[in-house]
Amino acid sequence: MTPLHLAHHTVTSCVGDGLAPLRNALLAGTSGLKPYHIEGLGLDTWIGEIAGLDDSPLPPALAAYDCRNNRLALRALEADGVAEALRERIARHGPRRIGIVLGTSTSGILSTELAYRQRDPQSGALPPGFFYPGTHSTYSLAAFVREAFALEGPACVVSTACSSSAKVFAAAARLIRAGLIDVALVGGVDSLCYTTLHGFASLELTAAEPCRPYDAERKGISIGEGAAFALLERPPASLDAGAVLLLGSGESSDAHHMSSPHPEGLGARLAMEAALAEAGLDVDAIDYINLHGTATPNNDAAEGCAVAALFGARVPASSTKGITGHTLGAAGALEASVCALALADGFLPGSPNTRSADPAIPIDYLLATRRAAPRHAMSNSFGFGGSNCSLVFGRAG
Amino acid sequence: MSASPLLSAWIDGVGLIAPGLPDWSTACAVLAGQDAFASAPSVLPAPALLPPAERRRASRVVRIALASGLAALDHAGLDPAGVATVFSASTADGHNCHALCETLASDDQRVSPTRFHNSLHNTPAGYWSIATGAMAASQSLCAHDASFAAGLLEALVQVGSSAASCTLIAYDAEYPAPLAAARPIPDAGGIGLVLSPTQGPRSLAQISVNLSDSPVTALADPQLDALRLAIPALRGLPLLELLATRRAGSAVLEYLAPLSLQVTVSPC
Repeated sequence: MTPLHLAHHTVTSCVGDGLAPLRNALLAGTSGLKPYHIEGLGLDTWIGEIAGLDDSPLPPALAAYDCRNNRLALRALEADGVAEALRERIARHGPRRIGIVLGTSTSGILSTELAYRQRDPQSGALPPGFFYPGTHSTYSLAAFVREAFALEGPACVVSTACSSSAKVFAAAARLIRAGLIDVALVGGVDSLCYTTLHGFASLELTAAEPCRPYDAERKGISIGEGAAFALLERPPASLDAGAVLLLGSGESSDAHHMSSPHPEGLGARLAMEAALAEAGLDVDAIDYINLHGTATPNNDAAEGCAVAALFGARVPASSTKGITGHTLGAAGALEASVCALALADGFLPGSPNTRSADPAIPIDYLLATRRAAPRHAMSNSFGFGGSNCSLVFGRAG
Repeated sequence: MSASPLLSAWIDGVGLIAPGLPDWSTACAVLAGQDAFASAPSVLPAPALLPPAERRRASRVVRIALASGLAALDHAGLDPAGVATVFSASTADGHNCHALCETLASDDQRVSPTRFHNSLHNTPAGYWSIATGAMAASQSLCAHDASFAAGLLEALVQVGSSAASCTLIAYDAEYPAPLAAARPIPDAGGIGLVLSPTQGPRSLAQISVNLSDSPVTALADPQLDALRLAIPALRGLPLLELLATRRAGSAVLEYLAPLSLQVTVSPC
């Protein structure tokens, strides 16, 4: 396929706002996770929480969209000049030629969870201020961004659980190649809510310690919140050598189980193979794999099986969820940014919290960050419902 | 506005389940004006392809999505195992969401694991893949009231980029109280369309689609138009009306203002 330029990107997560704190955490191997306990309710886990969201409502003109998820979206867009670059694209191409393709799993459901605690005792009605389209609706994230920037082009939200914001790159690339838009704002935003905290706990998938991806003694995930955005567009005539391009994407379904991966990672393998095929690259061309690596026993075993079958132990690979936690519907875009930083800056990220890599998974798992000069990186994102997506990024030069 | 590129595909199969329109052949006669519309609750068959336990427990969104998609593939004579899918809906399972929110607002917030995985927007896509064995790419989108048009666009660009068939499954179902007051959808409704890159023996029509700012086409029958507006997935009914009457023409579907979607149909 025609490579597309990742023109600007940004991440806000528990390690901080913008790419700088993420880069520092990746290089230093530090984690933003902290403990979270609610006595008697089965919650004894670690989370990646973003400070200050409770105290920063949206501006009055956008109050209809005010919820934790959209606050996080606006805050993230203001970092690294992404909002400014988006406005410049709007002026250049017009508001109808910019598409919005964003991923989320739970959107503003926290607002509904809290509204259910304030129901009218007689009628059961939700409180009068509750506004579904701006908060709870899965689409509210894209609706909010479209209104905040007065955009008039195509838009949608992809919601396929933890693959959501990887699949937005594939969907946006299709819209650009079909000629419907010139530029896509892609990304993902997911914020902490009780549905996911209690939901993952009910499946016994949350760990009582910071998550340890691919560790022989891994015990489960640490849920994080996060937002990541990127501008995707056709590359200009000349690019810096360090510019990052989306080279290919691959999507597949497990056809196996709603909340467990295919044990041999068959769907994961199909997605990785499809991404390589679209990028026109052989397995030997990949220099780094950012694994989905949630740190649940089953996920890492299944993904590791697929990676080993396809790449053997030749390709350095790691999960960076020990730094940010598992940001669910934001993880795909967040980890696309991790790949972009690794390619642009020349390093291979390690895996903080992982003490010793699982010897039963025969891949080259990176515990510590090291300097290198990767040219091509793959990012894996797999979600409940058996939804798989792999992306391949490369340096321009 | 400047000319938007035309996206085009062949429609090889249609599935429709809506209040008073239990299947495509009934709907065809109603949309073509041969039979009168008689309102009735949507009938949602249990998904026969799921294992018995999942079949009994299948929610209304899972039933409407699987039934409308499978009807379209059956109409097209295609094995669902080999076809990519685009699911598009304005809501996930409203009843499950209500039950989860009630639990999370109670003193004991512990939820059931099944309730949790059934809360996902892509739960119907997950069950589809398990039921049919399809390992192909599958998309799950939301664009609120524009979800039908957003799904149609995604399915068309997929057909264009993959040069393979793709099934659009647009569906919605209701919320119970108190969420129903905030998001009123009266019943379940779903449209399945099998889109293919080339004309085949089962092709019904070729469609060409472009972004537009023309006003949205209303259905002439006020009851049918009320259905179109009440259930977001049924915003696609003007396209189905053209297919039912087997005449060349175009319709404008609701998308995201100021954009609409102009669909031109050329029957085979």
